[in-house]
Amino acid sequence: MSALSLRGIHKSFSANQILKGVSLDAGENEFIALVGPSGCGKSTLLRILAGLESADGGEIVVGDRDLSPVPAADRNIAMVFQSYALYPHLTAAQNIAVPLVMRNLTRLQRLPLVGPLMPGQRKAIANIKREVRDMAASLKIDHLIDRKPGQMSGGQRQRVALGRAMVRRPAVFLMDEPLSNLDANLRVHARGEIVELHRRAGVPTIYVTHDQAEALSMADRVAVMIGGSLLQLASPQVIYDDPQHVEVAKFIGQPRINLFASQAAPDGTVAFGDIRLRSAEKLTPGTPVTIGIRPEFVAVNRNGQHGLPARIDRVEFLGSEIILYCRLDAIGETVIAKLSPAEGTGLAVGMSVRLEFAPDRLFVFAENGRRLPSFPMSADVALETANG
Amino acid sequence: MAEVIAIPSSFGKATTRSAAERHESRTGWLLSMPAIVLLFMFILVPVAAVILMSFTDYELGYTGFKWVGFDNYADLVTNRTFRRSLWNTTVYTAIVAPVSIFMALGLAMLIESEGIGRSFFRTAYFLPVASLLVAMATVWQYLFHPTIGPVNALLRLADIEGPNWLGASSYVLYGLSIIGVWQSVGFNLVLFLAGLTAIPRELYAAAHVDGARSAFDRFRLVTWPMLGPTTLFVTTISVINAVKVFETVKTLTEGGPNKASEVLLFTIYQEGFVYLRVGYASAMTVVFLIILVILMFLQYRIQDRQVHYT
Repeated sequence: MSALSLRGIHKSFSANQILKGVSLDAGENEFIALVGPSGCGKSTLLRILAGLESADGGEIVVGDRDLSPVPAADRNIAMVFQSYALYPHLTAAQNIAVPLVMRNLTRLQRLPLVGPLMPGQRKAIANIKREVRDMAASLKIDHLIDRKPGQMSGGQRQRVALGRAMVRRPAVFLMDEPLSNLDANLRVHARGEIVELHRRAGVPTIYVTHDQAEALSMADRVAVMIGGSLLQLASPQVIYDDPQHVEVAKFIGQPRINLFASQAAPDGTVAFGDIRLRSAEKLTPGTPVTIGIRPEFVAVNRNGQHGLPARIDRVEFLGSEIILYCRLDAIGETVIAKLSPAEGTGLAVGMSVRLEFAPDRLFVFAENGRRLPSFPMSADVALETANG
Repeated sequence: MAEVIAIPSSFGKATTRSAAERHESRTGWLLSMPAIVLLFMFILVPVAAVILMSFTDYELGYTGFKWVGFDNYADLVTNRTFRRSLWNTTVYTAIVAPVSIFMALGLAMLIESEGIGRSFFRTAYFLPVASLLVAMATVWQYLFHPTIGPVNALLRLADIEGPNWLGASSYVLYGLSIIGVWQSVGFNLVLFLAGLTAIPRELYAAAHVDGARSAFDRFRLVTWPMLGPTTLFVTTISVINAVKVFETVKTLTEGGPNKASEVLLFTIYQEGFVYLRVGYASAMTVVFLIILVILMFLQYRIQDRQVHYT
């Protein structure tokens, strides 16, 4: 049973199609990271979910209720904005209290002068104050409670924004790049905190980011959106190890995956150096395909006979790893290899090496970007097929 | 200014200032000289002259003058015309400033929420500001004419007998106020529009998500507080402009009928340029200036603390 599901969400701005039928299910307690390059529609999707934009088509179901016609104020969906969007004239405590005041007090009780005369107002306000205090304490911002946003640091503002979103115990929690305004150190620290808050709150969370490291490290499942379509929704490991689309493979992974244009051989297999791959689907000879391999599965062979000859163009030393940019002698393509420092010692620009690729780590993508399930053939089988 | 630049705080006592520091300080003064000279020539000296003249009985065309101390001011207290014009100015300001501020705010929000025609409305409402009030006064005279004027013709359609807007002593201030509002709404509106566009959209999104259901809730939560600095400025400008009302009075009513539309600036003008009693007019001007300064001071003291949030 999913706590939140989106079905076929469409959205266009004039002639520009931003969302092309996005469907997504989030379970109770699930943390989903929505990741993609800027302009892929992830923020629009989030705003539609929050009720700040209306979709052209599709359903948003929370619990058993279709929320599409419900205005944002009545959706019980909380959102943390990229800029935090704190009210600058209110103190931290007042900011956190806003959602409670709007929900728990009637329109008359909220009015200045008249409000205090309404029955029950004092009790309701006392309750709100208590909840705000508890929330501030749990976020460890009790000492900031009387400060205005202008007098707080970025990290403190972010906590107040989180407090404001969580204080009303929403049914769904949305976050729009909440860490992008923090400096690098704080960002890594805040990742852990947000995951911890999510675990405590226990509501489905959709977290939008363009930072793949955030997505992979925080989420239960990662949704990769590119060009208005949801290309893959899977656990971080599956997204990385088993991308279903060439764009997903390209977007996730640092340094980027190596991609080579190729085509199916006369026997319907795909050849890459001395490796032959057979696709589960029969490929007609000459079909263009793309072959991909992640940099860590490229091994550098210094003086052996195996592998494709290449020349080292650039060496990047990153401490725990070494990134090698090599140019293949045969086709002139650049191949990125990721090595451990031990493997990489002594390698220098201009050296000739041979590159070996892990056969079972090669991906084959069709021309439309879809992944073609494939498996390597052992050398003799390959030879046999070629002859027969 | 120059002193701030010239004195580095971390170095020893001021008595041991090096030659370089003295030189820098001299350059600083030299560079600020043009501004200082202009400030004195065009602002401080004229004000001082007016204050000095207010203690004399100087009249234009006479060669000598006598110091009369506070006689002019003592006279003002008992002068019925002056007291009348003070009261009229107060009433006029009390009508024009708030009405033009809130009308401009309302219109600005309507225009802001409407995607199309924004620049058309902005221009249309700004026209009265750009037009010459003296010229437009003729049009208003026609509009307000008790028998052939369209305003009263409209009222007659609703079976209301319109008053003689500019000719009856009990209505003339209201007639002038309407023209005053007409003239200043456009200016305030443009300022409010600028203030509205500066409000981050995300704050409204946050207000929606936080449960601000009605437009009024969002206005109270976001628009009104975020417009604080703009409102402060608009209020200041509106009050000053209302207190300075002159053209309409001079061209349409000449302070009449029966001094019912005597306002401060008009009275000063009469004393100084018609009766040529410069000393007496100067005393009025000083009172006028003091009123403005007090108003501005109060406004900034009361509002400034509440509208700047950083």
